[in-house]
Amino acid sequence: MDLILSAIDILMRWDVALALLAGSVGGVLIGAIPGVGPAVAIAILLPATFSMDPIVGLTVLLGIYGSSMYGGAIPAILINTPGTAVNALTTYDGYPMTARGEPRRALSLAYSASFFGGIFSVICLILFAPVLAKIAPMFGSREIFLAALLGLILVVVAHRGQALIAGTLACFGIFLQTIGLEPVKYTQRYTFGQDFLGGGINLIVVVLGLFAISQAFVLLTDEDEKVRMTRLRGGMFQGLRELARHPRVAGVSATFGVLMGMIPGVGEFTAQFMSYTYAQKTSKRPQDFGNGSSEGLIAAETANNAVPAAAMVPLLALGIPGEALTAMMLSVFYVHNVVPGPGLFQNQMDFVVALYLALLILNVLVLLFLLFATRSLIQVVRIPNRFLGVCILTLSFVGVYSLRNSATDCVMAAGFGILGYILKRLSLPSVPIILGMVLGGIMEVKLRAGMARVKEPLDFIDRPVAFILFCIIIIVLAVHILRVLKDRKELKEAEWQTNRASTSFGSLMWRRRNSFLKDHGKKVRARHSKLLRRLTDLF
Amino acid sequence: MPSERERRFAGPRRGQLVFALVMVGGALLLLVLITEQTAWIQKTKLFAQPRFWPAVAIGGMVLLGGLHLYKLPWRRVSRYDLWEVKRWGQVLEFAGWFMGYVLLVPVIGYLPVTLAFVPLLSWRMGYRSPFMLWISAGFAVAVVVLFKAFLSVKIPGALIYEYLPGSLRSFFILYL
Repeated sequence: MDLILSAIDILMRWDVALALLAGSVGGVLIGAIPGVGPAVAIAILLPATFSMDPIVGLTVLLGIYGSSMYGGAIPAILINTPGTAVNALTTYDGYPMTARGEPRRALSLAYSASFFGGIFSVICLILFAPVLAKIAPMFGSREIFLAALLGLILVVVAHRGQALIAGTLACFGIFLQTIGLEPVKYTQRYTFGQDFLGGGINLIVVVLGLFAISQAFVLLTDEDEKVRMTRLRGGMFQGLRELARHPRVAGVSATFGVLMGMIPGVGEFTAQFMSYTYAQKTSKRPQDFGNGSSEGLIAAETANNAVPAAAMVPLLALGIPGEALTAMMLSVFYVHNVVPGPGLFQNQMDFVVALYLALLILNVLVLLFLLFATRSLIQVVRIPNRFLGVCILTLSFVGVYSLRNSATDCVMAAGFGILGYILKRLSLPSVPIILGMVLGGIMEVKLRAGMARVKEPLDFIDRPVAFILFCIIIIVLAVHILRVLKDRKELKEAEWQTNRASTSFGSLMWRRRNSFLKDHGKKVRARHSKLLRRLTDLF
Repeated sequence: MPSERERRFAGPRRGQLVFALVMVGGALLLLVLITEQTAWIQKTKLFAQPRFWPAVAIGGMVLLGGLHLYKLPWRRVSRYDLWEVKRWGQVLEFAGWFMGYVLLVPVIGYLPVTLAFVPLLSWRMGYRSPFMLWISAGFAVAVVVLFKAFLSVKIPGALIYEYLPGSLRSFFILYL
């Protein structure tokens, strides 16, 4: 109780209240505009938050992160275009509801489900915080290294069918963070004798380039879309009643969101996929899924809104971000000399609980705002794409230039913007680059510190947590290899139009040998050669 | 007709081969330069060597990028790849706009350059109605006021502000 009271004390400030309001309203607006998304907004606002107190800066960013998915549901439901990438599943059931004349029901259901997901995850994590505070000190250098490695591997293998290029891009991210003056032996790494590379490549420059400037380029080179809006009539409160009729789907989806959010590199998509599949399989009307099912909408929206609070767990407890948005938030901690990790949970638990309480208040604010302001808010969907590109490019300048007033940073950001544009055109992920940069730096420091006291390689995993993490890494890699082999087998079967025999080269040779040796094979070959002779005789 | 392997490839075909070739080529070039660009310190453990992490990263890029290139279902650069590369080149124009904006702000000032940049780029993008141009100018003013005056982000005063009379000069340097 004392902890919660001291956390409330941290939040009882006018600037925190303003940050909560700006974060929640701004996040909803940003989420509602297709083509912007929280990553772009957070990347642009990041340098502006450096001059604020950590709690104020983090509240704004958390507000945008937590509330953008609420806003993202609006265009997903009304015009079949997800406002943020994670609202893609909302279009499956949200838009068909609009098409049959129930946009108000779909929107209020989405808000209620999102609210439930958000509140559920925050309450879970406030209750779970004391347990985390006990587990976090068990993480030394070796454990943090292994957890960061696990996070990186999970991010790579999560890109099904693109794991190799995702791994290449993660390695590229690790390489980027090694550029500059190395802090232990003071030697230069890949600076090519240039002074501007001596200080290294700033994470925020890369983030702004890959997320904000690249998105501006995408919008500027795209066509404007014609938007046909649906009129909304009536109140928005019926969703709360309807949500109460599906407590099982909402509860399980929120649990999936919390669990998946805590695992680095997994995030909203897996949580949504699992909860949607669960809801469909256990529903009395599975045929409605994809055609405007209220359960499908609840599953998708509850799961994705339960993730942001949970995603803060690896960041706060271990200092390891699980995805791009929390990686950006890590830099806010570093700027204010607040080092997230086990020490934060031991010494500044009230700060952690204050962040969670801020998220709780934020969810209430967003719901109230949306219940009363949706009809005016939907107008932002009308902003033309290319004009949005102009706005993002203008705002990106503030983000990059205010960092160090350096034109070189801007050149680099523009370069990463072009790289991000190319990655978007090729449907390749840019998140592994960011996580490679952040986790690569953590891995370098922690491995050096961890290996200082290790005499034999196996000593590295002689502590229980390190051993468990090592086993998880092996399991993840083994599962991934098995999946790749299965995909390869399926591909060969599809290519050969058969699934009866093994498709390996050894088995193929074995069958060929048997066909040569067996009498039946000889007969078949004799018949074929007779037919062939007849055919060739014709010419 | 695309083969089964091509059909199952995640993402579009255009540009994939060019990107993979450039990525692996760049990684190989960095690998060749590793002895020149990083140091090996005597009597230091492997994991504490300054060369260790660049070697891991570039080694990973070469290995995984090479495997990605090998597993691509295409072996020849087609005309679609070249069209795609041209499309990538189109964004250089907007990168140029951005760099022009960056270089002019310290000379002419944040507010005047933003007031010119946003309407001009909007005009270039085809929004030529007075309504859109006014919206652009309004957006430019709002951005400058929000970030420089309200959030006090670090954007230095312009060179031409030095020629303004006393109190106006400090007001412009601080807020616009």
